[in-house]
Parts: sequence; structure tokens; C-alpha cells
Amino acid sequence: MSNETIPNLESYDDDSLAKAFSALENLAKDDASALGAEDFRLRWLGRKQGLLNDVSSRYLKAAPPAFKKSVGERFKVLKELVEGLLESASGAGPSDAALAAEAIDITLPGTRRLIGAEHPITKTLNEIVNVFAALGYSVGVGPEVETDFYNFESMNFPPGHPARDTQDTLVVANQERRSQRDRLLLRTHTSPVQMRTMEQQPPPVRIVIPGKVHRNDAQDATHSPIFHQVEGLCVDTNITFSDLKGTLDHAMKALFGSSVKTRFFPSFFPFTEPSADVQISCIFCGGKGCRKCKQSGWIELLGCGMVDPAVFAFAAEKQPAYDPKKISGFAFGMGVERIAMMKYGISEIGQFYAGDMRFLGQFA
Amino acid sequence: MKILTKWLRSYLPELPVDDAQLAEDLTLRGIAVEGIYSLGEGNGSLFEMDITTNRVDAMNHYGVAREAAAIYGVALKPLDISLPEAKPSAKPFDVKIEATDACGRFTARVLRGITVTETKDWYPGAEVETYFNLLEQKKISSAVDATNFCWLAMGQPTHAFDLDKLEGGIIVRRARKGEKLKTLDGIERTLDPEDLIVADHAKPLALAGVMGGWDSMITAETKNVLVEAAWFDPIAVRRTARRHGLHTDASHRFERGADFNAAPVASAIVSKILLAFGGHIEGDLVDVRVPAVEARTNSRAAVSLALSEVQRMLGTTVHSEGIAAPMVEKILVALGCGLAPAGDGVWSVTLPSWRLDIEREIDLIEEVARVYGYNGFANTLPAFGGGVQALPWAAAEAAVRNTMRAAGFHEAIASTFCSAAEAALTAPQPGQVVPLGNPLSEEAGVLRPSLVPGMLAAVAGNLHRDVSDVRLFEAGTVFSGSTEKVEERPALGFVAAGTVPEQSALHAPRAIDFHDVKGVVEQVAAQFQARTVYFDRFPADSGIMPRWLHPYRAARINVDGTTVGWFGQLHPNEAAARKLKDAVLVGEIYLDRLYKLPLRKPAAREVSRFQPVRRDFSLVLDASISWEKIDQAIAALQLPELVDWRAREVFRDPKRGGKEYSLLLGVTFQAADRTLRDEELQAFHAQVVAAVGAAGARLRS
Ligand SMILES: [Zn+2]
Repeated sequence: MSNETIPNLESYDDDSLAKAFSALENLAKDDASALGAEDFRLRWLGRKQGLLNDVSSRYLKAAPPAFKKSVGERFKVLKELVEGLLESASGAGPSDAALAAEAIDITLPGTRRLIGAEHPITKTLNEIVNVFAALGYSVGVGPEVETDFYNFESMNFPPGHPARDTQDTLVVANQERRSQRDRLLLRTHTSPVQMRTMEQQPPPVRIVIPGKVHRNDAQDATHSPIFHQVEGLCVDTNITFSDLKGTLDHAMKALFGSSVKTRFFPSFFPFTEPSADVQISCIFCGGKGCRKCKQSGWIELLGCGMVDPAVFAFAAEKQPAYDPKKISGFAFGMGVERIAMMKYGISEIGQFYAGDMRFLGQFA
Repeated sequence: MKILTKWLRSYLPELPVDDAQLAEDLTLRGIAVEGIYSLGEGNGSLFEMDITTNRVDAMNHYGVAREAAAIYGVALKPLDISLPEAKPSAKPFDVKIEATDACGRFTARVLRGITVTETKDWYPGAEVETYFNLLEQKKISSAVDATNFCWLAMGQPTHAFDLDKLEGGIIVRRARKGEKLKTLDGIERTLDPEDLIVADHAKPLALAGVMGGWDSMITAETKNVLVEAAWFDPIAVRRTARRHGLHTDASHRFERGADFNAAPVASAIVSKILLAFGGHIEGDLVDVRVPAVEARTNSRAAVSLALSEVQRMLGTTVHSEGIAAPMVEKILVALGCGLAPAGDGVWSVTLPSWRLDIEREIDLIEEVARVYGYNGFANTLPAFGGGVQALPWAAAEAAVRNTMRAAGFHEAIASTFCSAAEAALTAPQPGQVVPLGNPLSEEAGVLRPSLVPGMLAAVAGNLHRDVSDVRLFEAGTVFSGSTEKVEERPALGFVAAGTVPEQSALHAPRAIDFHDVKGVVEQVAAQFQARTVYFDRFPADSGIMPRWLHPYRAARINVDGTTVGWFGQLHPNEAAARKLKDAVLVGEIYLDRLYKLPLRKPAAREVSRFQPVRRDFSLVLDASISWEKIDQAIAALQLPELVDWRAREVFRDPKRGGKEYSLLLGVTFQAADRTLRDEELQAFHAQVVAAVGAAGARLRS
């Protein structure tokens, strides 16, 4: 350190001064930590060879009159720093007056950095997936562009079913020449992953399937051509309807709180039988009846049922172990947007896809 | 559909519950009551029903009553089909079914000497006036109202012809080209050769199962009537109705599959009402059936049902007795099935003609569960066997998302689609763009080949709404290939605009720039175990730089020798086209390529306890010499004690005309095992000076 000298001043412009004084301040700080209090005092404040003396003579006194003031101000700051460092080094610590001079306005807002927010759909989707992961479900995913076979035929959608109509399904161009089951379309539900999984893997199967799906729907407050689903599939020997009930009752309590009740209604889906719609007791009013639940005390949340033997028959073409006489299973599915809208009080489904910083920032 | 509880109860004298309970119990069995409206003292309630299309049998009072009888295990009164003695006729009325593919059964009954009058409550069981008033069903005449009453009661459409307008007998056939029929709505229709019609020997009389004809309708003068009750094929009726733009109560029912056995019952109900004000029956009921249709509706093969299957599928009930044989028998018999023992714990079940939706054993099991009540089953959990497998790339995807969020980027989800023009601009593989056959709009005509269009739409949306600080990313799927075979890959898109820091009263914000975003890209790449990560760009005229990027302010991201993405400033032409005045930084990373690398596993190194020594070098460089050259020159020294070096400050003095620039190079020396001596440091210093000198830098004097 001893061979270090104060830097040469290239010119008196602001940049040069700032550079030189910044180097000096760093040097003083380095010295303060490296040297004892007395050595530091001698090196910086020594009457003859002290560095401050040198700075004064080489910068301040040599400065042309026009720059005297700016050099002087910087010199004063440096001197205060050196004196402060000496006070700390000698153990007495700075005086209250010195500390008071350093007062800041602590009421000014803090400098904030953006914290990126998880998308409310991702957040909700992960919450649902985690509930089923804790019940022993692995995550399954599949392509967003599917064949008619996986999306419809193997899910037991009869040939004339309205969902197969392009009114309801977005299709890839130029499919007319292909056989019906090979035609490509945007999957309308995540159910195809059920069939893909069963074709790959004999029972037991326990998967939860999150994903993006599409329908040829006009956008309104609660409908969007793009939305997300979480489906689940559980197949084993001796899986029963009461297992389906218990699983979903448990999952709804895990998602919405232990006081939530579920009830099951007969419904119809091509790929399950018996099929059910599931309602949960209204999370807003606790079941007393309010505007959100249309005074019924219940909110419809998901569809489910026992896997239809016809679906197993398709799976058995590749995995003979899916014999509906020996195994059974249940499947369920729910719309992520609907649950996210309910959880976060979102009234327009379109907000999920608009990329508006103000909307997304609320979820940080 | 509307249901009167007063009418329902007339079929269920023992019904043990009030209307509200009845509504809830029906709803929980899939016969949904959407609204309950009290009709005043003694009148019961009106139920607004929402019945799924597969349960057409329950879209009438007797059908709902049958459900209630099954639920509560109470008796269902048979429908009153008693008729007065017929007078003999010389010969049976002539009915012929030509279209045997489309008409399975046709019954005809001749009534003579009737009087068409106002509707009344005719007799107990035919309180037509009371029920119609409560339903607010318009009363037309005793004849029309009789057919409507019958349909509302038990679901079978019927038709009454003025017998004196008929020429010869009835023929059910397809229309002939050019034939005309004026239907009951007063419209003269030209018939299509595909139309199924009821005709006499001279002319068309009615669109079968859809609407009757004007000329043969019952009027105030009508004395003699032919009552039609038939079974028409669902598809034939749907096609006829659609061709003529008609949707009637009758077509609604036939399209969903009518009850093959309902025709004679309905004929009796209508006839009895028509005869309540005088007149008589002539001859026996004429009943023509097509055996092939009867075989697939009324005489379907019995289905085998095993109690063990019922229990295997349904599981545990709340009540300890579970689903035992008597419960199964009680429920299915109440629904109209016939159960005959066929071995130990097995039944042979005959199926009711009105439930064409029941075909298989599982359908019967569903009926048992439904009527038993889904909420009567316990909540059990299946035994858990086997472990949970995470998706192979789940951890990598989480690392990417977390890094982006930690860098201050909000996650967005953009459209899966873009316009063909945007796709052409941004597709990483030119020409590999997949169009949709029925796009939502022209702007959404193709599957997105890149996440960049979505990111640009999002940044534009924000900037146009005066939200100036934008940091967004999307981790989503991009599509390539062709309409023959579509490839899907995961990608990361990101976009930034505005200033850093985002908000501060104390620090002057500055515009976010290329290197801010480069830092984020480096941090994403650093999540993976890569040997090399470097950035380069190509001459503007090389055609390699993506057209959406500023050719001099953009870079390719190269990890382990593979291009994993591009980012930089949006090309000014693209910014102008989107009316974006602020500089926008945008990029895309091909995650499938990054995911091939393992995630970096942090490994702790011993932290040296010896004093580090920092040295700064003030360098002057020609503008053509990039930092990379200096960086590589120092790295090539391979000095173990040279633990860190970085560009501390870059200064481009405009006065020097951009020919050269200053660089403050900060270097840190530190040894793991000793304090560095002065002479060592001097040697290192000289090595650094020599290395950067060879790279073209000179020390500022
Ligand atoms: Zn509520």
C-alpha cells in the first residue's frame, strides 16, 4: 500500500474529478481497515506527508479559479470521510452530531424491484396437482394437437356426437383426406392423456393431468376458446364409486378448506359410467345461500365417474390388462379458470390471457 | 319442461314427502328440478325441470312419477286405458307401412259420432282443464287438447285426423318428388323424396312425427276421427324436421327415441277423452308392427347382471347393509325391468321399452347407484400402492420459471394462435407453420410457431395502455411441422420495456437495455450444467439473424455448441409497425434443447481465508475489439490465483469519434493456501498487462 500515491488528475471536468475522488475514498476505506488508528491518522492526516495535505496541494491549490469550488466541495466530503473513518478506528465511534448529519428520510418509499408473479392459472393448476400428488398421483401430460381417435373415439364419443362437429372443435387444416380417427384437432379436453397413459402402462395407474385445451367457443365473460383443465385417472383392481367420492371429497377439502362439503349428482359423460357432477358447499357463504351460489348454497365444480368399460376396451387393444371384468377405475376433471376465478374473485376470463402487467402483478 | 306436482301425485297416492323434498330427491337422482313455484292452496307446485336428453322417458308426468316411485318404493298407479265396447266394423281400417326402415309401429282407431267441444275436466284421471290452467297451457279444442294432454301425461305424441277428409286407408311412406302438403301451421310445403309422411291413398296427410296436415285436421264440424299413435325412427324424423325448419313437441320426442309400446296406451287415453262427450269406437285397434324395429326396441335381449359386479363397481355405502340383492331388485323392478334369477347372484334382466339408453350391465349398475342415491355412498380412499413419478422435465421447467420470476418477470399465458404473417416473421424453421381448418379469426389462423408474437402482443397491449414498465415471460408450447404431422416443443418467450429500477424517488431510473436482459438469459442458462455458454451475432446481410430483431443489438444464445435461442432489441421496423415508441427487448429460448442438459447441481468449494487483492487496469481499446477478446486473453493465462476478472466500467467518449473506448478492468488475485507476496502480485500484474496488450489493449498512461 505504501507505494500507492494519489491518482493523477487528468482534467478538472466532473468525470475526471469523480473518478479521482472515488479512487481516493476507496483507498481511505481500504486503509482504515488495513491500518491501525494511529498509522491511518499519520498516513492521511499527517501534517507534512499526510495524503489529505497532498490532495489539497495537488488538486485544490493547483486548480484554476473556475474549478476551485467544485474541487473544494469534493475535498470537504473526502476529509469528512477520513475523519469519520479515524473516529471509528480509534474506537470512540462517531459523535451524535456526526451521525445526525447523516440523517435520511426514512418515510420515503423503499426502492422496489419487480418480483415476478406466478400466473394465477399456473398457481391454481399447481395447487390442484399438488393435492393429488400427495394422494399418490403422478403427473401426466400429452400433446395439445391430438387425433380424433384419442380425443373422441377412444373416449367413447359416438360418431354423431355434437362435440365432433367443427362448431365445437378447432381442427387442423387439410384433414379431409385422412380417415376419421387420424384427423388432427386441438384437444378439447385433457382426457386423451388418459388413453395414452393406459396404452403405455398396465394398471395400476394413478395420474393427474394438467393442460391447455381449446374449443371453438366465442369469447365472453366466462368462456374462452383457450382454457385449462386438470383431469385425474385412477385404475386398479377394486376401485369403487365410493373411492371416487372419498378421493374428491378429500381433494376439495384440501383445496378449499376442511369445512367444505361435497355432494354428487347423476350426470352424463361418454367416457364414464356411472357419471356424476360434484358440487361443493359455497365457499363464500358456507352454504347459507348468497349471490355467488345463486342462493343455492352449492357451487358446481367438477365432473367425474367410473371409467366406462368401452374406454377400457380401447386401452386393452394395446394393454390386455385393462380387462373391465378384472379392473375398475375412476376419472375426474375440472376447469382451472373457473376455480381460479372463484378463488381470486376474477370476473372476466379474458384477463388471464391479456398479459396485462397490472392484472398479473396482483399475484406476486 | 314443466311438471305439476298435483298431476304427479295423482299417479302416486302413497307419496310420503312434500314438494320441496320431492324436488331435492329427484334432483339428486339426475331428474333435475331447476325451479319450484307454489301454485296456491290445493294446487301443489310447478316444477321447472332440466332433464338430460338421454332421459326422454322422464320428460312427462308419468315418467317423473315412475322415478319417484322407484326412489321412495311406493306404488305407481297404472294409466287408465279402459275403453267402452267397440261397435263392429265391416272390415278393419286399412293401414300399410311402406317405409319399414322409418316407421316401426302404427296404430289406428276409428271413432264415430264424436262432438268437438270445449275442454273440461272429463273424468277422474282426465282433469284436462284444471291441469292446463295450472300449466298455463293454451286450450284449443277438446280434440287437440286430448292429444296434448296425453303427451304431457305419458310422453307419446298422437294425432287425430278428420276421418271424413281421408280417401282410402293410411300409407306410411316416403314423399314423392313434387308432392305438396299444407301443414297445421298453415304453410304450404313442397315435400322432399326423403321426407317421411303419413298419407292416404290419394295424398299426403302429415309429416310423420313432426306435424299434421291442414286439410285433415279436426274442426268444430268433425264427427268421425282416426286416432294415430305410432313409432317413428329418430333419424328419419330429425331429417324431415330439419329440412322443413320445424321443431315440435312431437319431433322432439321421436328424435330422442320413443317407447315402442306406448302407442296403444296413448291411443286409448286420447280415444277415451274424445268419447267423453258422446260417440263410439268402430272396430278393433289396428296395430301394424315392423318386427325388425320391435326386436331392437321392445324385445331387446336380456342383460346379465351380477350382484358381485354391482358391489365391485360401487363400493361402500353409508348404511352398513350395503347394496344387497333385495335393493337391486327393488330399484330395477320399479324402473320397469324384469329380473329373473340366472345362477348364483346373477340375474337375467329384461329392459323396459322406454329406456333405450340402457343396454349393458354397467347401465344397470348406474341405475342402481342413481336411484339408491349417490350421496348414500361412503367416502372411502383407495389403498395407495407404488410411488409418484415426476415428469422428467418438471424440475427444469420449475427452475426456468423461478429464475424468470426472480428476475422480475411476470408469467403470462398468451394465445396458442397467431396470424400467418406473424408466423412467417417469427417461425424458427421457415415454412413449418400449421394452419387451422376453422380458425377463430384471421389473426388466429395458424398454430404459433414461436412465443414471440404473443409476447409482442402483450407488450403492445401494456404500452398502449400507458403501462410503461413491462417484464413478461411465457413458458408454453410452440408448434412446427405440417398439417400431416405437427411437432410440439416447449419454449420460453420473454419481453421487457421501460426502466430500472421500476420505482424510486432517490435513484434516477434508466432505460432497461440489452445487457439487462442478457443477464437474465445468462441466469436461465446457468440453471443448467453446460460446458460453454456464449453469445454471438451475424452480419445483417447473412440472413441468419431473425427478422424480428435489430441486427446490431441482438444475439444468438449458444449453449454447448447448440443454438438455444435469440434475443435482443425488437427490430425498429417491427416496433414501428406495432406503434411502439419505446425500445422493446424480446427473445425466445428453445427449452427442449436446454432440457437435454442436466440441471446444475451446486457444489460448494472451499472459501479461501487469505486476503484477496484487487487490481484495476485502465485500458484503451480500438472500437473493433470486443470485451470477449480481453476476456479470452485473461482466461488463457490460466492463473489459479487469478480468481475473478470483470469489466468494471466501459466509457465511450463521444469526443474521440467512436474510434476507441476506455475499459476499466477489475482483477482479483487470491491464493487458497497463502497470502500473496508483493513480487508474486507484480508478476501477475505484468502477465495481465502483456495478455491484454496482445489482445490489442493499451494501458492508459
Ligand atoms: Zn353462497
